[in-house]
Amino acid sequence: MDVLLRIQGLAKSFTLHTQGGVRIQALAHLDLEVSAGDCLALVGSSGAGKSSLLRCLTGNYLPDGGSIRVRHDDDWIELVGAKPQTVLELRRRTIGYVSQFLRVIPRIPTLDLVIEPAVAGGAGRPEAEARARRLLQHLNLPERLWSLAPATFSGGEQQRVNIARAFAHPYPLLLLDEPTASLDAENRKAVIDLIEDARRKGAAIVGIFHDAETRSAVATREISLVEGRAAA
Amino acid sequence: MTAANPLLQVQGLTKRYGDRIGCAGVSFDLYPGEVIGVVGESGSGKTTLLNCLSAQLEPSEGSVIYDSRSKGPLELYSLSEAERRLLLRSEWGLVRQNPRDGLRMGVSAGANVGERMMAVGARHYGEIRGRAGHWLQQLEIDAERIDDRPATFSGGMQQRLQIARNLVTEPRLVFMDEPTGGLDVSVQARLLDLLRGLVRDLGLACILVTHDLGVVRLLSHRLLVMQKGRVVEQGLTDQVLDDPQHPYSQMLVSSILPV
Repeated sequence: MDVLLRIQGLAKSFTLHTQGGVRIQALAHLDLEVSAGDCLALVGSSGAGKSSLLRCLTGNYLPDGGSIRVRHDDDWIELVGAKPQTVLELRRRTIGYVSQFLRVIPRIPTLDLVIEPAVAGGAGRPEAEARARRLLQHLNLPERLWSLAPATFSGGEQQRVNIARAFAHPYPLLLLDEPTASLDAENRKAVIDLIEDARRKGAAIVGIFHDAETRSAVATREISLVEGRAAA
Repeated sequence: MTAANPLLQVQGLTKRYGDRIGCAGVSFDLYPGEVIGVVGESGSGKTTLLNCLSAQLEPSEGSVIYDSRSKGPLELYSLSEAERRLLLRSEWGLVRQNPRDGLRMGVSAGANVGERMMAVGARHYGEIRGRAGHWLQQLEIDAERIDDRPATFSGGMQQRLQIARNLVTEPRLVFMDEPTGGLDVSVQARLLDLLRGLVRDLGLACILVTHDLGVVRLLSHRLLVMQKGRVVEQGLTDQVLDDPQHPYSQMLVSSILPV
C-alpha cells in the first residue's frame, strides 16, 4: 500500500524554564512508516510519549529534530521546521486530529462546528451540512442538541462532537488521541465503525486506544513506546 | 504553498524613545486573510509596534511594506503624511481598545458609519444610510438605534459600532488594540464569535494586540510573543501556547488561571 507518513529519527524534549530548566526527553530516535489502510495503535504506559508523538504529527508540538514527512496530494511535505501556513494547509485537507478535549469558540452551535472543517476541506455548504447531519446522527447525538453550543454538554457528548469534526472531511491521515475514552459501549461501537470505514477507504490512522476492545477492533498493528523510544 | 504575496512585510522595525526601546528588530510577513496575534505584558512594546505598523508612529529604523489595492507595494514611511492617512481611511481599519477613541460620540451611530464612507467618496444619502444600516446589522446592532448617539450605547455595543465603522469601507487589513479589553466575558464571547465570522467571510488580514491568550487562541493563526520590545518567539498559535519554547512565553502561558 501507499506510504502516507514517514517519520525518521524524531526527537522531542521539553525544557521547563519556569521550573529550574528541567529537561524532559519525550521522544527519541523514532522511525515509523504508516500506509494507506493502516491503523497503527500506540501503546505504552502513561508518560511514554504517545500523545506527544500525535501532537508532533499535527504540528502542535515542535520537534527538536528528525523528520516527519506527510503525503499531501502528490507532494511530500516536511513537517519538522515547516512554516505555520504550511501546517495550517496540511490541517485543512490532509491531517485530521481528535484530541481528548473539545476546544472551540464559545456560542457556536454544534452543527456549525461540524460543518466548519468540511467547508475548510473544500466541500460546498450543502454537502458539508449533509455530512455533518449524517455524522451527528450516526454518533447518536440527539438532534435537539445540534443547534446548541457544546459548552454545557456532558463529556461524552463533547467527545462525540470532537469526533464528528475529525470525520467531517476525509483526511488521508487521521490522528486519534483516545477517541472512545468517555463513551459508553453503544457509542464506542459507532466510533469504531467510523474508524473502520475511513481505514477501508484508504486513510492512514495513528491512534491511542486505551480500551483494549476498541484497539483490537480497529488496529492493524501496534507499536509499543517506552520512554519515547520504540520498544522491540 | 502560500501562492499570494504578503500583504505586509515588516523588516527590522525599531522605535526608540531617547535611549529607551519601544520595540526593536521586529520582522515578519502578514499574508492576506491571516490573523496575527501580538501578546506580551503591558510595557512589552505591543502598542508601539501596532502604532508603527499602522502608520501612526514613525519608526527609528526598519521598513514596513504594504501591498496596496490601488498602487501595489508601498514603503509606508516613504509616503507623505496625506498618503498614509488615505491608506488608513480607504484600505485599513483601526479598532481601538476604548471605543470612545475610535468613535465620534457627538453624532449618531449611522453618521459614525456613514462618515467613513463619505471620507472615501460616497455621496448618495440613501445609499450611505442603506449600507450603514447593513453594517450595523452585521454587527448585531438593532436597526432602530441608527439615529441614536453612541453615548447611549453599552460598552459592548460601542465596540461593535466601532468595528462596523471600520468595516464599512471594506478594508483588507485591520489593526486591533485589545478589542475585547474593557468588556464583560459574555459580551467578549459574542464579539469574538462575530469577529471570527467576519474575518473568515471577508478574508480580512488582521493584527491583533492583546494580553489575553484566550482571545488569540480563538482568533489568530500565528502569534508573536513580545518582551521588552523584542519578539522573543513566533509561530503557529496553538504551538506557541501548547509548547512554548522561550522562558518568557513559558512564563506567560503558565500564568493563566484555569477556569
